Amino acid sequence: MIKLTPSHAPRLGNGRLNWKEMASSYAMVLPAIAFLCVFTLYPMIDLFHMSFYRGNANNPFKSFEGLDNYKWILFTQPDFLVSLKNTAYYTLAVVVLLISLALIFAVWMQKDRRINRIAQSVFFTPHLVATLSCAFIWQWLYNSESYGLLNSVLDIFGLGPVRFLDSSATAMNCVVAMNVWKGIGYYALIILSALKSIPNEIYEAARLDNSSTLKTFFRITLPMLSPQLFFLLITITIGSFKVFDSIRIMTNGGPGTSTQVVTMFIYNYAFVRNNTLGVASAAGVLLMIILMLITLVYFRALERKVHYQ
Amino acid sequence: MAKIEFRNVTKSFDKTTIIENMNLTIEDGSFTVLVGPSGCGKTTLLRMIAGIGPATSGQVLMDGKDITDLEPGKRDVAMVFQNYAIYPTMTVRGNIEFGLKNRGVPKEERTRRILDVARSVGMVEYLDRKPSTLSGGQRQRIALARAMVKQPKVFLMDEPLSNLDAKLRVSMRTELIEMHRQLKTTFVYVTHDQVEAMSMADRIVLMDKGRIQQQASPETLYRDPENVFAAQFVGTPPMNILLMRNGKRLGFRPESVQLASEPSEDPFCRAGEIVTREMLGSETLYKLRMGTDTIMIKSGDDSYRMGDKLFALVPASKLFFFNEDGQRIRPGSGADMNALIRTVRGENLD
Repeated sequence: MIKLTPSHAPRLGNGRLNWKEMASSYAMVLPAIAFLCVFTLYPMIDLFHMSFYRGNANNPFKSFEGLDNYKWILFTQPDFLVSLKNTAYYTLAVVVLLISLALIFAVWMQKDRRINRIAQSVFFTPHLVATLSCAFIWQWLYNSESYGLLNSVLDIFGLGPVRFLDSSATAMNCVVAMNVWKGIGYYALIILSALKSIPNEIYEAARLDNSSTLKTFFRITLPMLSPQLFFLLITITIGSFKVFDSIRIMTNGGPGTSTQVVTMFIYNYAFVRNNTLGVASAAGVLLMIILMLITLVYFRALERKVHYQ
Repeated sequence: MAKIEFRNVTKSFDKTTIIENMNLTIEDGSFTVLVGPSGCGKTTLLRMIAGIGPATSGQVLMDGKDITDLEPGKRDVAMVFQNYAIYPTMTVRGNIEFGLKNRGVPKEERTRRILDVARSVGMVEYLDRKPSTLSGGQRQRIALARAMVKQPKVFLMDEPLSNLDAKLRVSMRTELIEMHRQLKTTFVYVTHDQVEAMSMADRIVLMDKGRIQQQASPETLYRDPENVFAAQFVGTPPMNILLMRNGKRLGFRPESVQLASEPSEDPFCRAGEIVTREMLGSETLYKLRMGTDTIMIKSGDDSYRMGDKLFALVPASKLFFFNEDGQRIRPGSGADMNALIRTVRGENLD
C-alpha cells in the first residue's frame, strides 16, 4: 500500500496542503470511493442490518429478531455447520491440489520448447470456458449411466460402473477435480511468468555452488516464487470458499448434504425458502468474518516467509 | 592453483558456430584476461571452464585432467557474474555459506571461513542483511566473498566491474590485482574494456569473431601487435592505419607522431590541417586531415589550434606494416624494411 508521506504530497512552505490541491486530490479518488461505497460498503452494511431481521426479498425487514438468526444457524439447525465443513474440505483440497499441481506444471513448462507452448494453450483453454459449461461437460464424463465417458472406459476393462457424482463418498472429490482442472492452466501461467523472471545466472551460480536440483528448487526457486504463491494462496482460498456454480450444476448440494456448501446454503435460504432472508444474511456475515480471519491468519503466519524483491 | 587447457574446442548454438577449433593454455597462477568486442566468444570460453555452457566438441583440461563433462559444482572453480547472481532470498551469510554447505564443510569451519572472507572484503557488519538492502558495490563484494570462501583453484570473472560507477570500478580494479597477488590463484577475467585488460592482466588473450587474435603480455600487445585488429583494439585513441598504394597498410600510434611546422627527414612526413582539438590535461588529442586521410595525434604540446597547418612526422622505428589481410609484416632483413620505407616516402609526395 502506498502511504501519502510528506515527500509525496504537494505542500506549501508551511507544510500544509493548499485547499485547491486538496480538492483536486479528493476529486481524483472520488470515482473509486463512490464505486466502493455503492457496490461494497453499502451492501455490506445492509447485509449486516438484514441479518437481525426476519423477511424476504420483497420485504427484508418484517420483524426484528435480534441475534436469533445467528443462534439458529450456529446452534439449532445443523445445515450451516455441515456446509461450512464441506466448504472447508473443498477449499483445502482445491488450494493444496491447485497450487502444487500448477507449480509442477509451471516448472515442467518452463523450458522454451514447442511442446511446452502447445501445453500452455491446452492447459489454459478450460479457463476460457464458462464454469457452467465445464460443469455440464464433467457431469457427462462422470455420468453413471452407460453413456458417461469415464464409466464407458471402465466398462471396457470390466470395471464399474462407479457412481461418481451419485455417491456421497466421491461427489465432493469429483467437483474438486473439475475445478482443479479448470483452474490449473491459469494459475500455472501466473507461476510460469514468475519462474521466467528468475535470472538464469542465479541457477548457474547454484550449479557452481554444487547445489542439487531439489535443493535449488526448495532453497532458491520456491522462495523467489513466494510472493506469487502467497497471492495465489489467498485468492484461491477466498475463491474456493465462495464456490457455487459448479456445485449447483453438478450435484446441487447432494447426494444428501455431502456437497452442500456455504454459498448454496445462503442461496437456498435467500431465494428458495420463504421469509428466511435474515438467516441467509447472517450466514453471509459469518462467511465474511471467516474469510477475514483466514486472510489475517495467512498474513500473520506466512508474511515473514514471503520474500519481496 | 591450476592450469587450464582448451584442446580443439568448438562451440555452436543451433547453427551458428561461436568458437571453432580453439587451442589455448591458461597458465597456472596467471591473471589472464579474455578481451574482445561483444560476441567474440570470450564469455563462452569462460562458461566452458565453469561448466555451465559445455563445449560442443573438443576437450577442456584442468591440471591435465579432462573436465569437459564434469559437473560445475565438482570443478573447484568459482565464478563472479556480471550481475552478481546473488541469491536474493538469502542473507549475505546465507549467500556465502550456500556453496560450503553443499560441499559438506563442517559448521565451525564454515563460520570461521565466512568471517575471514567477510573481513577481507569489509562486509562483516552486513552478514545478516538481505542483499536487497545493499548497494551495487556491496553486492559486488558479496559476490567476491562467495567466490573466495570456496578457496577454488580458479577464479572466473565475467565483467564483474561493468555495473559499478567509474570511480568504484577503478578502486575495485586495484583490489582485484591485490587479491590475485595474495591468493596466487589462477584468475580468468572477461572484459570488453581494453583499459581493464591492460591494467590488470599479466596475460591478455585478445579475441575477435571466435578466434584468438593475439595472446601476449599487455606490454607486448601494445608494442608488438600481430595484426591490425590487435593494433587498433589496444590504445586510446587506437593506432592510425593508412592504406598504401600497393595495398599494404601502414600503422603508427597517435603518441608516436611529432607535430612540426617544417618538414624533416623522417620517413613519414606529411602536411595536414588540425580539424579538432581535445585538451585532456596532461596531453592533447588532435585530429589532423591530410588530403583524404585523417589521423589522430596525442601530444604533450597543447599550443596548436584548430586550422593550424602542420607536418606530421613519424620516425622509422615507430612504423608498423601490415599486409592486405591485416597481418603484421615483420621485415626479416634491412632490405625489406628499406623497401617499405621507400614506399612510405613515395606516399609523402602526394
